[in-house]
Amino acid sequence: MGSAYVTHAAGYVDNGGPKLVTSRFGYEDSHTLARFEATGGYVGLRAALEKRPAEVHGEVREATLLGRGGAGFPAGVKWGFCPEGVWPRYLVVNGDESEPGTYKDRLLMERDPHQLIEGCLIACYALGLSQCFLYVRGEMALAQERIATALNEAYAAGYVGREILGSNFSVDVVLHWGAGAYIVGEETALIESLEGNRGMPRLKPPYFPAAIGLYGKPTIVNNVETLANLPWILENGAAAYRRYGSESSPGTRMFAVSGHVKRPGVYEVEQGVTTFRDLFYGEDFCQGIREGHELKMFIPGGGSAPWFFEEHLDLALEAAEVSAAGSMLGSGAIIVMDDSTDAVKACHRLVRFFARESCGKCSPCREGTGWEEKILQRILDGHGRPSDIDLLLDVGDNISPGPYPVAAHAAEGLEVVPFPPRQTTICPLGPSSVAPIVSTIRRFRHEFEARITRGDTIPVSAAPATAGGAGA
Amino acid sequence: MSFFDTDNERLAHEVISRYPRARSAAIPLLHLAQEQEGWVTPAAMVQIAELTDSTPAEVFGTASFYEMFKFHPVGKYVVNVCTNVSCQLLGGEELLEHAEASLGVRAGGTSDDGLFTLEDVECVAACTEAPCFTVNYRYFHRATTGSFDEVVADIRAGRSPIHRGAAGDDGELPEHGTLGRVRQHMTDDRRAGIEAPEDVTGAPPWLAAAPDGEG
Repeated sequence: MGSAYVTHAAGYVDNGGPKLVTSRFGYEDSHTLARFEATGGYVGLRAALEKRPAEVHGEVREATLLGRGGAGFPAGVKWGFCPEGVWPRYLVVNGDESEPGTYKDRLLMERDPHQLIEGCLIACYALGLSQCFLYVRGEMALAQERIATALNEAYAAGYVGREILGSNFSVDVVLHWGAGAYIVGEETALIESLEGNRGMPRLKPPYFPAAIGLYGKPTIVNNVETLANLPWILENGAAAYRRYGSESSPGTRMFAVSGHVKRPGVYEVEQGVTTFRDLFYGEDFCQGIREGHELKMFIPGGGSAPWFFEEHLDLALEAAEVSAAGSMLGSGAIIVMDDSTDAVKACHRLVRFFARESCGKCSPCREGTGWEEKILQRILDGHGRPSDIDLLLDVGDNISPGPYPVAAHAAEGLEVVPFPPRQTTICPLGPSSVAPIVSTIRRFRHEFEARITRGDTIPVSAAPATAGGAGA
Repeated sequence: MSFFDTDNERLAHEVISRYPRARSAAIPLLHLAQEQEGWVTPAAMVQIAELTDSTPAEVFGTASFYEMFKFHPVGKYVVNVCTNVSCQLLGGEELLEHAEASLGVRAGGTSDDGLFTLEDVECVAACTEAPCFTVNYRYFHRATTGSFDEVVADIRAGRSPIHRGAAGDDGELPEHGTLGRVRQHMTDDRRAGIEAPEDVTGAPPWLAAAPDGEG
């Protein structure tokens, strides 16, 4: 407990806990090679190069480094899916951070680009990868600039490219950047985009691009934060890493806490030890809900996650625990909403996001998300129909059939349905649009009903007639 | 007829040289076209097709998937106001309304003087700094209607407003189309070597030389 680092408009606050990935955030020049070298930079890479590649892979597997992009799959296991004897192999870094509420990879790329590059090199060495592509979200101009500068410095200094640090190990790391499409964060869509195509997810199986990925070759796709952990792991070892966090979720994670808390910020937190309550109310963290208000609900893992409520505050920040309770930790994006929040409006805004970002490949998502948005819009506009609540749930059921993951609520007789949802689609985007709908209707059905009832009482042309005639 | 000017054509070839297949350079080259012209013109897509072994229709097919590419002229400054949930909770929608009134355009439109295009956008990853907006993809955190007006006033007066925004960013605000102000350059003597996937026949030599072969 007590491990945290804050980055917010007020600057940077060191709360005295372990900083496995944010150790340089306190320096103004944290993004420069000079600062990086002065603070243990590229030590993990040197340690890796003294080992055999298989040993480096073993170290990462033993550390149980869970993926930080959303699915939480162990990186060491994912790496092991590369088929033997098929070459070349590629590394694609997923820096397309776009999940609503998520703000950590941009910080890691802007503030410590060399740490990320070092992580990429360690992964390439462990797996015999021929080339690394660092795919940065298109809108993140400063991150692109910082990575370009860092790569230029690192190439010149012999850390990247031919015969790295005087060894035989040689690999090129290329900065690539997108152009605005949330779905490209899905790893097969990311690969399509990197091939110069529309960023639409590929049909599964294969479930992992480690089998068939970029140009049809074995490809590892890892999240920025995942790779940023590698220098620390290689410098200090898997055993030291496992001393932080819990047995099933070792290490730390970066959590962006946004919304109605007194001190929103990005916190590096030990996994499985700290609870949501610690994070929201702790003096070292968010310091409570804003003055004069109470917690109404919170989203524990980004816009795609089913919502949590007050009775979930004592759950630990641990992937398995959160999934069992009916949601997900996802991308470390926690959105806190107090009692002033209109549940229907917040639900509509998230559904509008998924409707906008649907790539259009699968019918249930392409048609369904747009339909959901239209229904919610008419409820907000005062034209909701009494049947709309059930219709929303029915449309959701076409995208994600069967019981949808939901947090338990004993008082309301709701039983927990664990994460993840089922899907009639290739990727989880469509099913994600159902999360805010099911979460709000099961808990705040009365808010929908009130809006619909009120809507019934408002005439369609409520505006007073003007001299120019109606509708002028 | 070539679209890219001499410098950008050289840059385009340099970008392509970093990929095992030219087509992978499509998005970076579309950005380069937008940097040169402010938007992606049909002539740009014809040349990008030639450079990336594609057809102009394929290039347009790719480009039209991505929101950042504009196929009609836009303002010199593209203002993106985030209204997704984290920002909505702290006044993102009100900020957008203020921006519409202040710039005299609805979201999606361009001001009469051609200076500003306003957009209502999805989460831009500044959630703890809500509400926020970006101008030509430079971040302005914890915005108020007042800070928004100051940024607009700076731009109208020809001053860079960047110092009012995200920690660590500094310098001039470029016109729409320019993203990173620094480009990656790989010198020939430092390159590991980039080959088409079909030309790679085995493990990288350094791996084969390692004591136990494959990782």
